[in-house]
Amino acid sequence: MNESPAIEAIDLTKVYGSGNTEVVAMRNASMTVRRGEVVALLGPSGSGKSTFLTAVGLINPPTSGRIRIGGHQVLDGPLAQANLTAFRRQHVGFVFQKSNLIPFLNARENVQIALELNDSSPRAARQRALELLEELGVRDRSENLPSMLSGGQQQRVALARALANQPSILLADEPTAALDSGNGRQVMELFARLAHEHGTGVIVVTHDQRALSVFDTIYEMEDGILNLQPKEAVV
Amino acid sequence: MNLALKDIRHNLGRFVLTTIGVGMLLMVVMGMAGIYRGVVEDATLLIDRIGTDLWVVQHDTRGPFAEVSRVPASLVHRVRAVPGVRDSREFVYHTIQRERDGKPFRMAVLGLSWPSDKGDWVPLIAGRPLAQNHFEMIADVSLGVRLDERLSFGKETYRVVGITRNMISSGGDGIAFFTVVDAEAIQFDSSGEAVRLERAARKGRGERSEIGTKLPSLVEQAAKPSGELPAIARPQISAVMVQVAPGTSVEQVAATISGWSDVSVHTRSEQAEFLLKGSVDKARRQLGLFRVLLTLIAAIIMALILYTLTLEKIHSIALLQLIGARKPVILGLILQQALMLGFGGYAIAYLLGQRLFPLFPRRVIVTGDDLLQLAVIVLAISFASSVLGIWKALLVKPNEALS
Ligand SMILES: Nc1ncnc2c1ncn2[C@@H]1O[C@H](COP(=O)(O)OP(=O)(O)OP(=O)(O)O)[C@@H](O)[C@H]1O
Ligand SMILES: [Mg+2]
Repeated sequence: MNESPAIEAIDLTKVYGSGNTEVVAMRNASMTVRRGEVVALLGPSGSGKSTFLTAVGLINPPTSGRIRIGGHQVLDGPLAQANLTAFRRQHVGFVFQKSNLIPFLNARENVQIALELNDSSPRAARQRALELLEELGVRDRSENLPSMLSGGQQQRVALARALANQPSILLADEPTAALDSGNGRQVMELFARLAHEHGTGVIVVTHDQRALSVFDTIYEMEDGILNLQPKEAVV
Repeated sequence: MNLALKDIRHNLGRFVLTTIGVGMLLMVVMGMAGIYRGVVEDATLLIDRIGTDLWVVQHDTRGPFAEVSRVPASLVHRVRAVPGVRDSREFVYHTIQRERDGKPFRMAVLGLSWPSDKGDWVPLIAGRPLAQNHFEMIADVSLGVRLDERLSFGKETYRVVGITRNMISSGGDGIAFFTVVDAEAIQFDSSGEAVRLERAARKGRGERSEIGTKLPSLVEQAAKPSGELPAIARPQISAVMVQVAPGTSVEQVAATISGWSDVSVHTRSEQAEFLLKGSVDKARRQLGLFRVLLTLIAAIIMALILYTLTLEKIHSIALLQLIGARKPVILGLILQQALMLGFGGYAIAYLLGQRLFPLFPRRVIVTGDDLLQLAVIVLAISFASSVLGIWKALLVKPNEALS
């Protein structure tokens, strides 16, 4: 397996707006996540957690800074790799707080589409989608539409889809916020287990202090500044 | 996996209803082309069936189908004397509107020159041609008459002996065939009082004129029935039909007759063309305009539904982009839905039309060419109507999936 880090973010800064309305949402944030490492990102509301996550996920590029994903230099200040969409498809998985699933596709199809968009044959994609749902314990709901699944089941399907293309890095923004604590902890444990098994780097934004023991590393964000926290101090 | 189909499956009811609506609009568009074809077909069918080589009509008129033409009955004999003419017949044609069972009854009356023409050329679906020179008629089935039914026109009663199909005037009325004499009797029927008044008027004019005073016997004559008066012409006819002898060129005969300054002569194809360029052309333009309008309405409805379907999918489109869908995937999703809507509607239009068009009062002929043309139009409006939705979809950014 490639031993380069899952992601290296160096000196990321994000400025929204300009002039009077300028907001510096993130300042010189740096983070390295190894393959299989599970990172928690804590911090008060409005501190810039989502900004950091979407920046490293290449959907909301930073104003300045460098990003390497799976050993590929994808962003160097204003210079971005030509096809970020293709790169994102292969290397980055996302899970959000809610509404992660396409409502007109059933659970299996939601996973399958991610594989098909990455040039899998429909037959292989279907097979793989069912395997992933099995692994996440929602195989029996594979033909149900998202509206017929519980919140926890929806997040498991979303996780299956995020992992479908074996990304280098998995980014999750408060994935358990809409779940009760028991379910939330289960999903968090699932993240950790799968990250270790698949060798995927994971960054999870969370407010849930109780689930922190599953994480390898903990960062905290405050007013746009990112700091590594000693795990013992938080847990 | 076909995203367009999956989304439609999710919104099935709305999609099906819209498709049916679009289908009905397209059916009307299809029907209008068919009505026009029917009008043309009816018009040319009659001229083709009559099958005469030349039409001699009133000077500078366009013939009996396009406008009123009046020529003297004696023209038949003049024409027959032209070298190369095998046969000439009188043609009497006019439209009447009477009342039947309390409803208006419109009928085009066509006179056959008995005894040379008994209507043997008229394609019958029942009955027989005329067998006597009075009180028999062949009627089109669209007139709603039955074989052996008796109908009164003027002072006489006529028996239906034959039935035709699709013998329709350019005005859309069924044609009935009579002998020329009967046809004229129907056309010029006037009441006894009108006849008596006309005779008295003639007598009065004679008495006042100088010639009347000098020749009193002439005034006496003037009061007699018109038919007995040498000075009063026989009723005029609409046109003379000319059959050219085999081996003689039609142009040559036409050239001879066109030298006469009191009449005009037209070939069969000219006659058909007058009809198509005249009244039929107006119908064509009117129907054409409606077709354009309805096509536009169909396009707008399609655009609207595709736009709303897209609006509802904004989040899904953002998610799709987030998991790496390229623009063509999103574009294809909307375009495919547009095409499904368009061609679903087209199929409904076709199937519905097959059942409904035969019930229309006038013939609706849907030709392969027209179907193809409509398919191209549907293709075009499908593309056009998806523009709005595609434009909206392309503005979606992947980070909208987060909200
Ligand atoms: N599109 C934007 N335009 C302008 N300012 C923005 C935009 N998005 C975020 N911000 C600002 O950037 C700062 C960081 O926002 P961000 O969403 O990253 O916070 P967060 O840590 O994720 O908060 P929460 O826990 O509430 O989700 C906030 O002050 C916010 O108002
Ligand atoms: Mg946030």
